[in-house]
Amino acid sequence: MKKLLMATSAMTMIAGAAIAEDVKIGVILGFTGPLESITPAMGAGAEMAMAEVTASGALLDGSTVTSVRGDSTCIDAGAATAAAERLVTSDAVNAIMGADCSGVTGAILQNVARANGVVMISPSATSPGLSSAEDDGLFFRTAPSDARQGVIITEILQSRGVEQVALTYTNNDYGKGLADAFQAAFEAAGGSVTISAAHEDGKADYSAEVGALASAGGEVLVVAGYVDQGGSGIVRSSLDSGAFDTFYFPDGMVGTKLNDNFGAELNGSYGAYPGTDSAGAAKFVELAEAAGFDGTGAFAPESYDAAALIMLAMQAAGSSNSADFKDHVFDVANAPGVEIFPGELAKGLELIAAGTDIDYVGASAVELIGPGESAGNYQEIEFADGVYSTIGYR
Amino acid sequence: MDYLNALVAFLNFVFVPGLAYGAQLAIGALGVTLIYGILRFSNFAHGDTMAFGTAMTIIGTNALLALGITFGPLPTALLALPFGIGATILLVLFIDWLVYKFYRDQKAKPVILVIVSMGVMFVMNGVVRFIIGVRDIQFADGERFLITARDFKEMTGLDEGLAIKTTQAITVVVALIAMALLFWFLNKTRTGKSMRAFSDNEDLALLSGINPDWVVKVTWMIVAALATTAGVLYGLDKSFKAFTYFQLLLPIFAAAIVGGLGNPLGAIAGGFVIAFSEVTITYAWKKVLVYLLPENLEPDGLVQLMSTDYKFAVSFAILIIVLLFKPTGLFKGQSV
Repeated sequence: MKKLLMATSAMTMIAGAAIAEDVKIGVILGFTGPLESITPAMGAGAEMAMAEVTASGALLDGSTVTSVRGDSTCIDAGAATAAAERLVTSDAVNAIMGADCSGVTGAILQNVARANGVVMISPSATSPGLSSAEDDGLFFRTAPSDARQGVIITEILQSRGVEQVALTYTNNDYGKGLADAFQAAFEAAGGSVTISAAHEDGKADYSAEVGALASAGGEVLVVAGYVDQGGSGIVRSSLDSGAFDTFYFPDGMVGTKLNDNFGAELNGSYGAYPGTDSAGAAKFVELAEAAGFDGTGAFAPESYDAAALIMLAMQAAGSSNSADFKDHVFDVANAPGVEIFPGELAKGLELIAAGTDIDYVGASAVELIGPGESAGNYQEIEFADGVYSTIGYR
Repeated sequence: MDYLNALVAFLNFVFVPGLAYGAQLAIGALGVTLIYGILRFSNFAHGDTMAFGTAMTIIGTNALLALGITFGPLPTALLALPFGIGATILLVLFIDWLVYKFYRDQKAKPVILVIVSMGVMFVMNGVVRFIIGVRDIQFADGERFLITARDFKEMTGLDEGLAIKTTQAITVVVALIAMALLFWFLNKTRTGKSMRAFSDNEDLALLSGINPDWVVKVTWMIVAALATTAGVLYGLDKSFKAFTYFQLLLPIFAAAIVGGLGNPLGAIAGGFVIAFSEVTITYAWKKVLVYLLPENLEPDGLVQLMSTDYKFAVSFAILIIVLLFKPTGLFKGQSV
């Protein structure tokens, strides 16, 4: 609230400046729908970055930044496109921070962002499909693609000398995408996947799947499922029949429910999920607490970073026009340069204005790669004495 | 030795799980088939009756555990089972009095009763979730295994392990007891005989002085007992989740129809046919064949007829084939 007041007073103070403008950034997230429990913190994260920049008065000779919210619904591509269309045409936003789910993000990118030439940076769309989507250089994401997770899994397995694995995945876009990405990465690295079998969530019996997986064999079973769905059923059945003793758990499987459901039976199993030990993450949680929202919420740090990158790129381009600043997103996000952490956006903006190169690290240790997506940071976990704990970062 | 390894691998991954799952389906299908035979409609609310009975049993189990009572090496839920059955009997009798009786008095067509049972299903869906929640609940306690895969390997010196869970053994034993009791009841007691008479020919049964209200009540009581038993056995073996129980309805109906609706013996056979077809046809035979065949003939592939994605397609394909060539099911049931 204090920041908002400061932002408002800052706005009135510089209203007279001739060059300063009011930059608008659209925040399109699923404020209703399946993600409605995490989107409030995501939206608050993005708006905190905007308030910080406005208060600094350092952006484009004292421009202010205003957030305009839209509802992506997470699942309804039609509603998401309409919301984005409204932001772009009637609110005339300069850029979009969003969307959240992969499906609606793709729809907005193709139907609105490309049609109007507006930059969008998604904090949470992880589908590998978006890496190869036509984007005219307008689309970025501060979340890693699941293709990246496939590589991470491969690295972890190989560092432990595992060469043969069996793979099972939940039969939906997430599971299939992750399984395909992992299999490609693992085989390219010389490993072999003995079988890749889908399982349906919420079904009565998994002995058929486990029978097939056991028959194909492998040193480790990779379970690309959900911990509160079929994934646990597969693990239960595998442990009971003695099919596998060691499991690898991707992000969807890592949760405290694993400790509750299996405990010591999983000793020696391991996995990884997104997370970073960078100083930025802790700083962001502090800032969020001061601003009155939960900074540990999923994708809230990524949302802050997405909004910050938009504004830093504008500063680097000296323009709030998408066509001008889309080419500067990589420059401000990646090394070399002075590292910028959450709460230091003013410093970043001033350095850019002074002509110094910056490397925005932010809350989630952003490093953009390939087609403009976060390289991704994962924390590796391992089970010992019936509970899992973080043993390292990748 | 290799033949033994092959046999053990087959037993561990196909036979034992198939037998337990088949027994669970068979008891469920018995309930469906009894309703169909005597009340003459397909009871879509059966999966949720199972869920309700199991939920009640879980509550009973928790109460017993809070009092410090356990069943030694066996799951405490078995002690709480009578309480679960009692609560479920009360519920189904109440629903019958509130809903089905009205349509029965009107001599409504079976298809109307099916739709009514669907409505009951949705209501019970909500009631169960309201009582126990939507989470996954594990309520098996006591010894988990009769023999674990590791112990078996050490004992026999074989490469393959055979794991038998306590719950799998209990499932098969309880299923046998339940079936024996049911057949004794239907064939030897006066009430059982009148139920069969009512099922074979309603008018004739009424003429010979059988009390239809009593027959209906007893049927519901038996069905509630069977549904609760099936639900608890399933929940002990895997876990309890309201949504999964609702999904169990499909394989249970498939089992009852394959066996012949209205025929108890058929329901049991149907349960095992569905369970084993799901497990065997999608099983990758590589492991077994590697042991059996000489080295130069060993398969490179998985030797899997179909990917496990198709396991439901398998049971429904069998269902369609049976209905095409034997509309009354494998055993002579009533034609659908």
